[in-house]
Amino acid sequence: MKRLKNFIFLLAAVPLLAVASEGNIHLDKAPVNLADQESLQRGARLFVNNCLNCHSAAYMRYSRMQDIGLTEDQIKDNLMFAAEKPGETMKVGMSKADAKAWFGATPPDLSVIARSRGADWLYTYMRSFYRDETRPTGWNNLVFDKVGMPHVMWNLQGELVPRYKKEGEHEVIEGLELAKPGSVTLAEYDAMIGDLVNYLVWMGEPAQLKRKQLGLIVLAFLAIFFVVAYYLKKEFWKDIH
Amino acid sequence: MSALQKVMGWVDDRFPLTSTYKAHLSEYYAPKNFNFWYFFGSLALLVLVLQIVTGIFLTMNYKPDAELAFASVEYIMRDVDWGWLIRYMHSTGASMFFVVVYLHMFRGLMYGSYRKPRELIWIFGVLIYLALMAEAFLGYLLPWGQMSFWGAQVIVNLFAAVPFIGDDLSIWIRGDYVISDATLNRFFAFHVIALPLVLIALVAVHLVALHEVGSNNPDGVEIKKHKDPETHIPLDGIPFHPYYTVKDIVGVIVFLMVFSAILFFGPEMGGYFLEANNFVPADPLKTPPHIAPLWYFTPFYAILRAVPPMFGSQFPGVVAMGMSIVLLFFLPWLDRSKVKSIRYRGPIYKVMLALFIVSFIGLGYLGLLPSTPVATIFAQVFSVIYFLFFLLMPWYTSIDKTKPEPERVTG
Repeated sequence: MKRLKNFIFLLAAVPLLAVASEGNIHLDKAPVNLADQESLQRGARLFVNNCLNCHSAAYMRYSRMQDIGLTEDQIKDNLMFAAEKPGETMKVGMSKADAKAWFGATPPDLSVIARSRGADWLYTYMRSFYRDETRPTGWNNLVFDKVGMPHVMWNLQGELVPRYKKEGEHEVIEGLELAKPGSVTLAEYDAMIGDLVNYLVWMGEPAQLKRKQLGLIVLAFLAIFFVVAYYLKKEFWKDIH
Repeated sequence: MSALQKVMGWVDDRFPLTSTYKAHLSEYYAPKNFNFWYFFGSLALLVLVLQIVTGIFLTMNYKPDAELAFASVEYIMRDVDWGWLIRYMHSTGASMFFVVVYLHMFRGLMYGSYRKPRELIWIFGVLIYLALMAEAFLGYLLPWGQMSFWGAQVIVNLFAAVPFIGDDLSIWIRGDYVISDATLNRFFAFHVIALPLVLIALVAVHLVALHEVGSNNPDGVEIKKHKDPETHIPLDGIPFHPYYTVKDIVGVIVFLMVFSAILFFGPEMGGYFLEANNFVPADPLKTPPHIAPLWYFTPFYAILRAVPPMFGSQFPGVVAMGMSIVLLFFLPWLDRSKVKSIRYRGPIYKVMLALFIVSFIGLGYLGLLPSTPVATIFAQVFSVIYFLFFLLMPWYTSIDKTKPEPERVTG
């Protein structure tokens, strides 16, 4: 009986062993902190200046940025280049047909990009562009091979080139190194991308801070209700058994 | 006579209000020894109500249109007051519905709740489970994300594997050659009205049948065998209300705490309740590298993939998947044991049930993963165990060494 039990437990564990892990590229951990409003505001500025020319965020209203500590006037004066009213959503002027012709693919809408790609992927992707003259844009990416998007923030990060190592017959990319410095240091650039990804995570679900706050209140209420209900049950059940 | 009594009397002369209340609540005598596993029936009812109410509110802002559907869900998440809460309640509720239903079914397997005289309760229950699977599948298309689209494509294509009529059948279901706006519209109609009606009707007959024969209990003995000679109330029975209503409230609160923990702090549940790929709008031209159904379907999906194609057709796999559910209907007649409850069953049934549960969970896990040769072999082993649990049941339950059942319920 005991041996049989062990066998059943073993059987339960086997599928875990049977599945070989996929050889994915290592992703760096994104420094996401939604409580840091200044980081979210810096991220919003980077987003509006660099991303919103080609990518839309068509489900996101400019006015919603009041949730990260900005006033309507601040939004209007500093962050709205392509819209008249703060209630409008973040659309782009570039038509889908043009985008397809210029980049080979329509740049995806970024409203919920952090929810589909994940923060770590975005953080790593934005820091993994490298020079590749075989590509039409002159840029390639370690995380997204043959990506249509050029390195938009190259003047900040500078130009990275691949460092190769021999693996049997083939040469594979071991890592990236800085060939031409940009206007900021690599550490500063990483921090900027951290802010940007922080903003993208927030924009993916602007209600999420409220959600977690409300969750604490709901759980506290249920905990109190539980005590009441538990003693009510106990009182009723005294006469049973 | 008070005014209230007068009103009640007036109603009772015209509608069986008091007698219905008594028959189903205050004078419905349930065994006094219900344990933890008996919470999940009432919890399933709670989740059903939750899904219907949140569903009504979602329908007020959702647009069943291939051009607008994805955006309307984001509109609900961002611009509708409390829309995010309603949507997360509905998406969390969908998965939690299956959690409580699976636990409810497992309770039935442990205590033999499907045995005579409760065969019809079980059959209605399996029908509820089928309707629930259809409801969940149809609803998953509505957000119109990549997984919605390609999941529906894969499942509808299963019907295309039916010999001779398959292609026409799948076109008839989709209303188009691919999943499209026409499919979305009809899935919406089935999801918000047709299947909810079926579900509510089935739940009603499930409960009527239950209250006709009375509830089973962890000892698997009939409390109606020992009644008070004068009142004719079962000696081990207690009125459902107030005893089980106050007890179920405690269960409901604990359940809601789990529910809220997921809803407020991790509504995606690590990608199991809301898949990352479903935040990408449906694109008929871009097949995702890995299509997996949501977790509650994966055991059956794994059975489907475990069966190799025969004569160039996937149909045998589809048949195996169908059979894995159809077998549930025959459970009351496959079980030949002298006792109902696992407490008095012999070692063979206990081992078979454990193997069955391990196989079901194992299949569920494998169904989430891309198919590999090793994974397929495990899925095949688990599938065989799954089927043998049912097919060998008449044999192993009749030779199993059971213990004698007690006359009355124990503790």
